[in-house]
Amino acid sequence: MTEYVVLSAILFTIGCVGVLTRRNALVVFMCVELMLNACNLAFVAFARQHGNLDGQIAAFFVMVVAAAEVVIGLAIIMTIFRTRRSASVDDASLLKY
Amino acid sequence: MTFWILAPIMVAAALGILFVRKAVHAALLLAVVMISIAFLYAVMDAPFLFAVQIIVYTGAILMLFLFVMMLIGVDASDSKVETIRGQRVMATVVGLVFGLVLVLGISQVTFGTVVGLDEANTGGNVPAIANILFSKYVFAFEATSALLITAVLGAMVLAHRERLTPKATQASLAAQRLRDYAEHGKHPGPLPSPGVYARHNAVDTPALLPDGTAAESSVSRVLAARGTVRSAPALADDIVDVRRQIGDPSTMPETSGKSGAPANTEEDEK
Repeated sequence: MTEYVVLSAILFTIGCVGVLTRRNALVVFMCVELMLNACNLAFVAFARQHGNLDGQIAAFFVMVVAAAEVVIGLAIIMTIFRTRRSASVDDASLLKY
Repeated sequence: MTFWILAPIMVAAALGILFVRKAVHAALLLAVVMISIAFLYAVMDAPFLFAVQIIVYTGAILMLFLFVMMLIGVDASDSKVETIRGQRVMATVVGLVFGLVLVLGISQVTFGTVVGLDEANTGGNVPAIANILFSKYVFAFEATSALLITAVLGAMVLAHRERLTPKATQASLAAQRLRDYAEHGKHPGPLPSPGVYARHNAVDTPALLPDGTAAESSVSRVLAARGTVRSAPALADDIVDVRRQIGDPSTMPETSGKSGAPANTEEDEK
């Protein structure tokens, strides 16, 4: 049980560091997906720990939300790329000025 | 047992996402992580989530990532310029501390005995999930449908592009071609096809003009820019090799040519 949660924590941390260090919007997005997956792993592990299926339902809903989020996020990345010809998160900084 | 095989693979692949330069490689490593997570679900008595993980995450979401990567260019790699000084180092340090705190904190906790899902899964995992999903979580389920509809609408609005110029019709294209011919002398017909020779009819071999020079417009400009265009006269040297391969007697030594031919006919008769 502990090992599953530890693995989930490690994957979540790697996703976190990826979001903070990578500059390509697509890779940043992939790291967000990695964090969501790590949470799902913890959910399913805890469902088995407690002997009811609520954790699996939660993981299922996370997957649904992740799918919707990916569709919108990738559409936004494409729109930004179309106007600015760049997929780097540093280039979309107009709100700063 | 499955866990101890998959966990190192997953951590290695996840770390790889941090270090690979190309986004495509990151997507493939993410696929490794996701499929491994699917197998962990199967181990943890969640066959439904195992299928959903493979179909939705590896099948749909990662393919979407690859599609978008194809549209915005595969070589869109990271810039090494830091907008905030020392941000990368700081982020790594903070991430390490965060991970250390999480792992140490979790290892302090005693979780007690694992109850297991054998009782909850008695009628099968999928019917059991359906029972809860359509009773206890039915409102969340309904809200999900609104979320998905909104996502579809949002994607359509974001990906839609308003046409600024009228669409070119066939008639206007033909008129434009003839106007180019009248003004600049540009040939109005289609481009010449690449050369077709005895051994080479690939697109990288230019056709020859009547005076023996290569017709540059018969080869794609991309190939010309890469410098992989082959020249037709150079290919003529291959003819000796071809003759040798097909056993042409004019290039072969006299003795082997004579002894080889009867041997073949004997084999054919057997």
